[in-house]
Amino acid sequence: MRNINLVIVGGGPAGLAAAKAAYDAGERDILILEREAELGGILNQCIHNGFGLHTFKEELTGPEYAARYITEVINRNICYKLNATVIDVSNSKVVTYVSAEDGLVQLQAKAIILACGCRERPRGAINIAGMRGAGVFSAGTAQKLVNIDGYLPGKEVVILGSGDIGLIMARRMTFEGAHVSAVVELMPYSSGLNRNIVQCLNDFDIPLYFSHTVVDIKGKDRVEGVVIAQVDEKLQPIKSTERLIPCDTLLLSVGLLPENELAKNAEVQLSNTTGGAVVDENLMTNVDGVFECGNVLHVHDLVDFVSAESENAGKCAVDYINGIAPCRDKTVISCTNGVRYCVPTVLNRDEHYAPQSFKMRVANVFKKVELAVLADGVKIYGRKRPVVAPGEMENITLTAEQMQTLKQAKTVEITLIKGEVK
Amino acid sequence: MSREMICINCPMGCRLTVDDTDKSNIKVQGNTCPRGVTYAVNEITSPKRMVTGSVKVDGGTIPMVSVKTREAIPKGLIFDSLELLKTVTLKAPVHIGDVVVADIGGCGVDFIATKNVEAV
Ligand SMILES: Cc1cc2nc3c(=O)[nH]c(=O)nc-3n(C[C@H](O)[C@H](O)[C@H](O)COP(=O)(O)OP(=O)(O)OC[C@H]3O[C@@H](n4cnc5c(N)ncnc54)[C@H](O)[C@@H]3O)c2cc1C
Ligand code: SF4
Repeated sequence: MRNINLVIVGGGPAGLAAAKAAYDAGERDILILEREAELGGILNQCIHNGFGLHTFKEELTGPEYAARYITEVINRNICYKLNATVIDVSNSKVVTYVSAEDGLVQLQAKAIILACGCRERPRGAINIAGMRGAGVFSAGTAQKLVNIDGYLPGKEVVILGSGDIGLIMARRMTFEGAHVSAVVELMPYSSGLNRNIVQCLNDFDIPLYFSHTVVDIKGKDRVEGVVIAQVDEKLQPIKSTERLIPCDTLLLSVGLLPENELAKNAEVQLSNTTGGAVVDENLMTNVDGVFECGNVLHVHDLVDFVSAESENAGKCAVDYINGIAPCRDKTVISCTNGVRYCVPTVLNRDEHYAPQSFKMRVANVFKKVELAVLADGVKIYGRKRPVVAPGEMENITLTAEQMQTLKQAKTVEITLIKGEVK
Repeated sequence: MSREMICINCPMGCRLTVDDTDKSNIKVQGNTCPRGVTYAVNEITSPKRMVTGSVKVDGGTIPMVSVKTREAIPKGLIFDSLELLKTVTLKAPVHIGDVVVADIGGCGVDFIATKNVEAV
């Protein structure tokens, strides 16, 4: 079995940024394994603009953003393998991959970074009655068909879910000549950006129905229509509000799930709220030397944050390879009063005090709140926010001194103060 | 005439009521900060949008290449610009920044490629 210092699973923005940072931290024995035929991950199909404002101070499209990081990796001569699918990662850090070129290969790694992104929640996960014929696609699959393969999956379209992917696809399908008759959203608010609601729906007079869902799909071999209904406060469909919208295509944009099959094989502990691993501030999981970053860890809406997080993972993986011993004593960060989750999930009670960023999401829309960090119940950081929403990841950075206080505390809590639900 | 719009400049997403009866004195209500007024006035007087899409490529490693307008173009030109894209087939290699359609509808903005496609 070949030995390798650092194996990175996934060549999307997370894997690329981790590789670049690991190289810059002095590591030369790196291998990126990517199952697709090119590097760049999901960005290759995200041809719209809106990427990179934080990192490059300009608005790039997905492929342009990916190209910048691909160039960084190629300029450093970092090794990568395409069409190579990782099928197993073991607790003892043996990575197994298959590729047409190499067959089945096992590698013994010193450290592994899981950067395998997320997948879309499939239809099975949301439970709609009705036919199983053609014409039901996940929004991401439709995006790939239109943008990469140049194939329009339908002409009369209804979209379920108003997250950014659903909104972007409403515009994209309209651009390609399809007619989008409705976007249907279960919640009373959209998790998508206002900008996308305005520029992807309002610009083309596409109606957005809040507090509605699809209850039935009509048609035999191909979708002929969907039945939508309003839902009550408990999100249950109200029978008397049912109505049929004729269409030949239903796109599902009902959320993303971190892709953690490999992590499970490696006995990595997963979080119930994020679906990703439980990690410390070094992005290391409970398995020594196994790290996670990017969408496999928690779903990000901005790729810039994926890159920053992943660079940190790359750097920390090199520290681990170079023999910095993992800390065993950890504090679990508790999220309360409307804060749904925070990454990192745990803090090492060590004496390494450096500025640290925390990323979190809230569970509901709250106005005029203060996002606060408490050490042993005492506020050490607070940030006033006019509005926070589940669709926007919050990002705070603590100073080295604040980190010292946190790491020495018995309890660490992230909370919302004076929250009033909209 | 009075109309409703959402300011997209920040997550507040203020709902603006805009009265543009007098085009030289557009009245905006509902904004929390001055940026909302600037946004509404631009949306009324010269709305612009970035347009992205993809076009066919012959002889490349992949069948389509993604493109964008170099800058935002007048909103009224969106569908004309998309028609122009349908008439284009590029030849590989294509590089990021290559001009795909020059001077869209006389507005002075080009469509440029946003992805590298090597020749096979
Ligand atoms: C449809 C869509 C629209 C978006 N729009 C925006 C936007 O407008 N602005 C913005 O900033 N962000 C946007 N994002 C978010 C951003 O694109 C993601 O946050 C980012 O791509 C995540 O990077 P990643 O590397 O973690 O995952 P990915 O890009 O998904 O990359 C993961 C890679 O791992 C590979 N892989 C997975 N499993 C294996 C395996 N077993 N073996 C080998 N390889 C494997 C995959 O093939 C893939 O290439 C969007 C995301 C989506 C899905
Ligand atoms: S008016 Fe000001 S506060 Fe309101 S959405 Fe626009 S920029 Fe934000």
